[in-house]
Amino acid sequence: MARDDYEVVIGLEVHAELSTKTKIFCSCKTEFGGEPNTHCCPVCMAMPGALPVLNEKVLEYAVKAGLAMNSSISRDSKNDRKNYFYPDLPKSYQISQFDKPLCEHGYVEIVKPDGEKKKIGITRIHIEEDAGKLNHDDYGRGSLVDLNRAGVPLIEIVSEPDMRSVAEADIYLKKIKSILEYIEVSDCKMQEGSLRADVNISVRKKGQKEFGTRTEMKNMNSFKSISRALEYEIERQIDVIENGGIIEQETLRWDEVSGKTFSMRDKEDAQDYRYFPEPDLVPIRLSEEYIENIRKNLPELPETRKQRYLSEYKLTEKEANTLTASKYLSDFFEKGVKISNNPKAVCNWLLSDVARILNEKEFEPEDIPFTPEDLAELIGLIDKGTISSKIAKDVLEEMFENPKNPSKIIEEKGWVQISDENAIKEIVLKIISENPQSVSDFKNGKDRALGFLVGQAMKETKGKANPQMLNTMFKELM
Amino acid sequence: MKVEKEELLHIAKLANIKINDDEIDNYLLNLQDILNFANVVNKAPVEGLGETIGTNNNYNVFRKDEVVEFEDQESLLQNAPEKEQHMFKIPKVIN
Amino acid sequence: MDITELTVHELKEKLDKCEITSEEITKSYLKRINEKESDINAFVTRLDEDAVNKAKEIDSAKKANKKLGKYAGIPIGIKDNMCTKGIKTTCSSKMLENFISPYDGTVVNKLLNEENMINLGKLNMDEFAMGSSTENSYFKKTRNPWDIERVPGGSSGGSAAAVSANMVPWALGSDTGGSIRLPAALCGVVGLKPTYGLVSRYGLVAFASSLDQIGPITKDVRDSAILLSLIAGKDEKDTTSIDIPKKDYTVFLKNDAKGLRIGVPKEFFGEGINEEVKDALYKAMEKYRELGAIVEETSLDIAEYALAAYYIIACAEASSNLGRFDGIRYGYRTKNYETLKDIFVNSRSEGFGPEVKRRIILGTYVLSSGYYDAYYKKAQQVRTLVKNEFAKNLKKYDILLTPTSPTTAFKIGEKSENPLEMYLTDICTVSVNVAGLPRNINSLWFRQKWYACWNAINWKLF
Repeated sequence: MARDDYEVVIGLEVHAELSTKTKIFCSCKTEFGGEPNTHCCPVCMAMPGALPVLNEKVLEYAVKAGLAMNSSISRDSKNDRKNYFYPDLPKSYQISQFDKPLCEHGYVEIVKPDGEKKKIGITRIHIEEDAGKLNHDDYGRGSLVDLNRAGVPLIEIVSEPDMRSVAEADIYLKKIKSILEYIEVSDCKMQEGSLRADVNISVRKKGQKEFGTRTEMKNMNSFKSISRALEYEIERQIDVIENGGIIEQETLRWDEVSGKTFSMRDKEDAQDYRYFPEPDLVPIRLSEEYIENIRKNLPELPETRKQRYLSEYKLTEKEANTLTASKYLSDFFEKGVKISNNPKAVCNWLLSDVARILNEKEFEPEDIPFTPEDLAELIGLIDKGTISSKIAKDVLEEMFENPKNPSKIIEEKGWVQISDENAIKEIVLKIISENPQSVSDFKNGKDRALGFLVGQAMKETKGKANPQMLNTMFKELM
Repeated sequence: MKVEKEELLHIAKLANIKINDDEIDNYLLNLQDILNFANVVNKAPVEGLGETIGTNNNYNVFRKDEVVEFEDQESLLQNAPEKEQHMFKIPKVIN
Repeated sequence: MDITELTVHELKEKLDKCEITSEEITKSYLKRINEKESDINAFVTRLDEDAVNKAKEIDSAKKANKKLGKYAGIPIGIKDNMCTKGIKTTCSSKMLENFISPYDGTVVNKLLNEENMINLGKLNMDEFAMGSSTENSYFKKTRNPWDIERVPGGSSGGSAAAVSANMVPWALGSDTGGSIRLPAALCGVVGLKPTYGLVSRYGLVAFASSLDQIGPITKDVRDSAILLSLIAGKDEKDTTSIDIPKKDYTVFLKNDAKGLRIGVPKEFFGEGINEEVKDALYKAMEKYRELGAIVEETSLDIAEYALAAYYIIACAEASSNLGRFDGIRYGYRTKNYETLKDIFVNSRSEGFGPEVKRRIILGTYVLSSGYYDAYYKKAQQVRTLVKNEFAKNLKKYDILLTPTSPTTAFKIGEKSENPLEMYLTDICTVSVNVAGLPRNINSLWFRQKWYACWNAINWKLF
């Protein structure tokens, strides 16, 4: 088993678009979409003579991210130019940061699949500008350049090569996403490309000290494809080594359809970015007060919130972990609890049925079409006995399909639980008369027969009968 | 430092400038001349001196995060050599 | 009276007294341009009709007592590397032959839209301001009005020649390593490079961002002070612009030099400085002494280091600044392409002239991996050295007096074959750019000779 002889080494460079109103160096809006080339000005279109001015919010957001990821914040920082030609890069240089990034030496803590905690080092976090987009024309003959996205602010979060499995990489990336959501600096919408990652991977024989040669896959924007691509690349690298080959250090392209990686450029085109200090921007000097002020106002982070859930709501470690992983889900949970006063029930619903449906639909928590109030109401309806928990599941499905408040759904569908004693009695008598065998089995001490009879009654009422009442009534009447 | 032909061509490639075969010698000569002169900086008494970043002492000049739309969006495309669907057209690029 | 002989402050007086109209002024200049342009080649774009129309507008607005700028109705010429909305801005390059800026630069906006001056046209220059003779223009070679066989200096040769030949009353130039002062000296007019950051660069097509400054080219010192007062000031669009209170620089003008301490760095009088130039400077020193100044020899041994550092930094920044000319959004696009790479390479190779390409190559080289520390980083240290040396001297002296050019105006074609020789022309001028200091060239003996190469003055920041 060659695979087991190898250790995997993974590092991630995560790019997150910051949710500022305007671009990093000009006053154009950052809004996603819009007619092509309409969120532009001389600065982001790189017109001759135009000059950049740094958006103060970008600085604040980046420092926030740095503090949330336990980094030290550089008191002295500057912007640098990274020079390369590409049609989506209108100045032919990207304003980024080279040797004086805003944040350095940070870490985030992840919980590995086996429950063990592990710190993943953050080498640096720096600010830079996003590039534009290339679209294809109608006839497939040319490409079309849209610069609406050019100049949207990004932070790049560079990890140490600390991850040792695909699962760790996946958990790390989710953790980064979660932190960025908590501190509200990025909306992290992967499908819109506002969170994407460059993935570095190498393998080495277990026990070997030095790293193997790494390959890189750029601009990955879904958890699923990152995991798939990593799995593929691990196999490929081990295969190459096992067959006596050598891994080339190169940038690969992951092809989702074929499930393979491909080499992107030949070595001849090796890049030389010719970084130098951006002369159009002046240096950044952050005061201790500035940094402390941001630190003081940092919102609650996932870890702290998790601890609070353990003590305040008595949730299990696993429940608290899962809920707090997504800020949206966790906020949803808290709102639900506030109304229903039933943390356990809200938690159960979110982590079982809601999670299952989200998963089926490939939705993010953000896509839940109903409000926490609706969920609290649903729980209240079960508590009051208005519906059974079985019906409640149908109501939930309906809340996803045709979002309305649960009472309305129940009313429209006629799903109100039958809790009227006479009605229940009538049904029980009918089932008893139809199933003499089961009745006698019950009388002979076979408890399972009761379950069967209740089931028949539920079937008869399409699940609307109150199951507790059915139980009691059967016992009474038999 | 002697500039080799391959090096010159590599630099030209980075800069997206074509140097024709009959221009190479002249470029090499000029570049070498200028670099020999520029090398004077390595004789300057600069030990212990910091680098000048920013010509004056300005620092921390920022902008508020407020949207100001550029008034004449159309004029931004008026110089385009080729455009289509309000975008700049170029030969097909495979991403 | 020939209107075009007057300085701007004289013109303004007549305008204020209603002895003359803006239309008359403008038409006088247009007449003069018509007479001289075929000899001088100062203009890339002329705006005759627009200028007359605007002048008429200003005249009637004045009559209607509308609020206008103090210098409303005064014509001006603008170097063709400053963006003017709706009017071509070519940088004297094939690359931008048909480029129309979508916006007005800050200085242009101040003078044309707020002050309501009249734009007579865009003036010729070395392509992208790279050169010392204006021979590197894609369109035409501007000639020195004092001797049309000779260069006007560069890169703001069109601006200096136009002022010198009375084709414009004053003009804007830009100075990266001497591009205002050198042509002003060689054309016998006044040129001023302001302190780095005093004037906004927004809308000035960048050559070397950390060195470029816009400044006035005028007939006399008072006009320079006036124009500087109009263009100076903090601009939110340029983070390198300095936040200092607005000043009227004419209040600093004096008729004597009592107690003025003038340092004359001996290193600027050595080998390579031509006798005529030295002569002119000795005369200047005498004159200053007569006016009450204390003139002393001092030492400022940085010229060679500064020049080397200048070419490294300027070319490095230029190689990056000119990356945006890629044939995609504006500017020249080659006819000869199939792939994207062809567009990049062929547009740039066909669109840029030889000097621009040479500097892009040099700049790319000094920034490329393996050479950065030896060249760029060292040059940035030399910059600190140059600043320190200037600071030492400016503690002792109010002014440093040096030549502007090592020689008088040379003949067209004389130096253009040898780039290094041409670069050495800038030896007297670049050190202040490297240090970010202001500098004035001031022809005390106006127009005695065409090859005027007068004294340059550095003085303390602001």
